[in-house]
Amino acid sequence: MIEEGLKNELQKQGVYVTSLQELYNWGRANSVWPLTFGLACCAIEMMAASMSRFDLARFGAEVFRPSPRQADLMIVAGTVTKKMAPLVVRLYNQMPEPKYVIAMGACAISGGPFKQGYNVLKGIDRYLPVDVAIPGCPPRPEALIHAIMTLQEKIRNQKLTGPDRPRHLNAEIEGEYPVPAYGKHDLEPPKNPDVWQPPTMTRT
Amino acid sequence: MPPKSFEVKPKLDESGASIGELLEISMGPHHPSTHGVFRMDVVLDGEKVVKLKPVCGYLHRNHEKIGENISYLASMPYTDRLDYFCSMTNNWAYALTIEKLAGLAVPERAEYIRVIMAELTRLQNHTSLIGFFVHDMGALGTPLMYAFREREKILDLFEEVSGARMMCNYMRFGGVRVDVNDEWIARTKQLVANYGRFLDEFETFLNQNEILLARTQGVSPLTKEQAVNASLTGPLLRAAGVNYDVRKVDKYGIYSRFDFKVPLGEHGDLYDRYMMRVLEMRESIKILNQALRDIPAGPVMDPKAKLRGFRPKPGEVYGRIESPKGELGFYIISDGGPNPYRYRVRPPSFINITILEDMCLGHRVADVIVILGSVDIVLGEVDRCQPI
Repeated sequence: MIEEGLKNELQKQGVYVTSLQELYNWGRANSVWPLTFGLACCAIEMMAASMSRFDLARFGAEVFRPSPRQADLMIVAGTVTKKMAPLVVRLYNQMPEPKYVIAMGACAISGGPFKQGYNVLKGIDRYLPVDVAIPGCPPRPEALIHAIMTLQEKIRNQKLTGPDRPRHLNAEIEGEYPVPAYGKHDLEPPKNPDVWQPPTMTRT
Repeated sequence: MPPKSFEVKPKLDESGASIGELLEISMGPHHPSTHGVFRMDVVLDGEKVVKLKPVCGYLHRNHEKIGENISYLASMPYTDRLDYFCSMTNNWAYALTIEKLAGLAVPERAEYIRVIMAELTRLQNHTSLIGFFVHDMGALGTPLMYAFREREKILDLFEEVSGARMMCNYMRFGGVRVDVNDEWIARTKQLVANYGRFLDEFETFLNQNEILLARTQGVSPLTKEQAVNASLTGPLLRAAGVNYDVRKVDKYGIYSRFDFKVPLGEHGDLYDRYMMRVLEMRESIKILNQALRDIPAGPVMDPKAKLRGFRPKPGEVYGRIESPKGELGFYIISDGGPNPYRYRVRPPSFINITILEDMCLGHRVADVIVILGSVDIVLGEVDRCQPI
């Protein structure tokens, strides 16, 4: 690592010194391509965020790709039902690494107002590793922009080597997540134990 | 097992001999132009559609079952999420139904506010619908940007009175939740005065646009008989030439006081359905002008209305309004308890897509997307009850 002071001094002379990691993360953080993937009400706010007033293009994230093969951010915008959950996971599996997930709105986080329903998944984090969660029903477009900025911050601070390097740089981790199937009573398996464990309460 | 994404089937003539191949593809539920999570199983002969089966249920959120287990008032925010473009009209339909059941009167000022909100909702719904419709035809972005620019202005007005942009939760049984102030009315007047100019601009761009004409004129014409047999409502029915508008038929609220026309189409094709939305917006502007001029002062809630511990007398009731998408009705059975015994929604979107196959047969696969766009579905409303 180069010292901050020396780096600033060199920049004044027109010499830019950086590490490969910073350059790589800088490039990725400023061109996040989300998947055009609307599930319910929040999708309208997601569209509004990319439209005239809010203009997501300012953050390099306006290129909504309809195909998962070309996208690297999945915004789960809306209620995930049990009929839809296998498809959401399959779409996620089809996206190339490195990939990120934003859970937008109360429904994607926990089932939201429809949590008591028999057909609603109680949070997409049971199957997918969620990077940023935006509360709200629906969250405002500004909240989505804030989430994208938070995600950019996260990407900028990622390490390319070492034990906490991202999944896609670790050859030992399997790339695909298991896709649930609609079983006799519920989704099978009801959760992916690698990404989600039910909270344990300890009484003191 | 998940459905196959495609399948090749033999094409048979009358005697059962194979004369070619048919391709069955699954469009959706992840598709940029199905307006949500909607799937169509389409059988294609070359590029022509020979069979189409709509598959819904991907957004089934147990709306009706939840409604039967919570109190009457608690259902009001859930109605916002039925047709998430038009939360104000959904609120009104539900409030109207319960008022009919409980015999509540609505103060004059509240009736005017309701009409203003409903017509503003119609404006923003139709504007964004036209944006999506042209987007589906391949005009990526630009018309939708114009539409959303205007929509945001209306959402600002909603936000100011109700606190939320989309999920307004504004109406109550026997009135509306909060009163609007004079400044709000002045701003609404200004918006309505400018809206005509925006529509002029929009129409100049689109009405004579060569691509729009080629893609819409004569595509998927609906006859009056077909439309009535499929119990279509809303702009789709009026585009086929049937004069039926719940605002004129029922004269619910105070719609009898306003002077407005019901535009009618001739051919029922896509172009008529597009023009129907534009003309309806012009009529909405007329209604808004009259309502904003005549709005009286006074209370906005019936003093007899009870919000907490509300138990209407036993009975059953069906209330309906003309939502931007068609006839939106609520059917409630009360057994005198704090929550309804049966709570049912008659959603315009769901009933309007039942005729989708007849509209698409014989057309090219690219037209299916545009035809679906012209129906104006919102999946929250389509999948509100048990999947079939």
